[in-house]
Amino acid sequence: MSTKEWPLWEVFIRSKQGLSHKHVGSLHAPDAEMAVNNARDLYTRRSEGVSIWVVESSQVFANDPADSDPLFEPSQSKIYRHPTFYEVPDGIEHM
Amino acid sequence: MNSLYKYILRIADDSLILGQRLSELCGHGPAIEEDIALTNIALDLIGQATSLYEYAAIVGNEGKSADDIAFLRFEREYTNALLVEQPNGDFGMTIARQWLFDSFRVLFYEALQQSKDAQLAAIAEKSLKETKYHWKHSSEWLIRLGDGTSESHERVQNGINYLHKYAEELFFMDEVDAELIEKGIALDLTTIKVAYEQKLNEVLPLSTLSLPTNNWKQTGGRIGKHTEHLGHILSELQYMQRAYPNMEW
Repeated sequence: MSTKEWPLWEVFIRSKQGLSHKHVGSLHAPDAEMAVNNARDLYTRRSEGVSIWVVESSQVFANDPADSDPLFEPSQSKIYRHPTFYEVPDGIEHM
Repeated sequence: MNSLYKYILRIADDSLILGQRLSELCGHGPAIEEDIALTNIALDLIGQATSLYEYAAIVGNEGKSADDIAFLRFEREYTNALLVEQPNGDFGMTIARQWLFDSFRVLFYEALQQSKDAQLAAIAEKSLKETKYHWKHSSEWLIRLGDGTSESHERVQNGINYLHKYAEELFFMDEVDAELIEKGIALDLTTIKVAYEQKLNEVLPLSTLSLPTNNWKQTGGRIGKHTEHLGHILSELQYMQRAYPNMEW
């Protein structure tokens, strides 16, 4: 019997139309088609979704955690990037 | 018992016994993902059986509940096809059995949606969606095992060779069917026979597998004559109701 492990896949589920796909977890599967099947069985059995994406985990390229400071620190002192300095005129709803 | 009652039980028993068989694999699937997939299918089948037994309890009108019918009949009173009571064997065998059954069930429920019996038509419609997924699951696996390694090919081919003789019984019909076909309630199974062969042949070339050429067919389940395997399933299935009569939870 083959003891080779199936590759790991990341699963993204869209919970309803109009929303974006959201990462929900990972699973093992021999190929993409089976990964979608497994995702359906593992992550949508309580009506969590209307659409499934799977991506082989090895295809995900991530930033180096050691670079966190240069990547994310500089934005913390730039509060002017937040659109919070405008006076909202009276009568404007849903802002 | 009237024909409609018997007809419902044949469908229900196929679902219950196969559901019970598959649930034996809970915690024993080849991988956690597949374990959950098989258990989901088992639960779908038991859910279908529940709807059918509840309807049978009404049609039978003998004061028996759905549980009484499901759990308290004797072996010879179960009328499931022999195919569904066959042991799980290895994963190749489990998938081969499921694929032979699902291919039939998709076509069966599709056609049963047209039944003049509104309740049966509604159960068929609801069950069809689940069953289409079961078929997708079993045929995807059949292709991958058949067209996988030489060992997986050999195992699933052995499964097909062993089980194909039981597939013919899915098309069994007798006076029960004749009476209900006349009334537009039951399905004339000869009308989906060709489609069944086509459905199998859709998947077979992709899987590099083949059906056995040997034409031996084994039937009996529909008239209550079972293989030695059913008694063992029932002893487990019925244990709680026999040991603690009328128990509920």
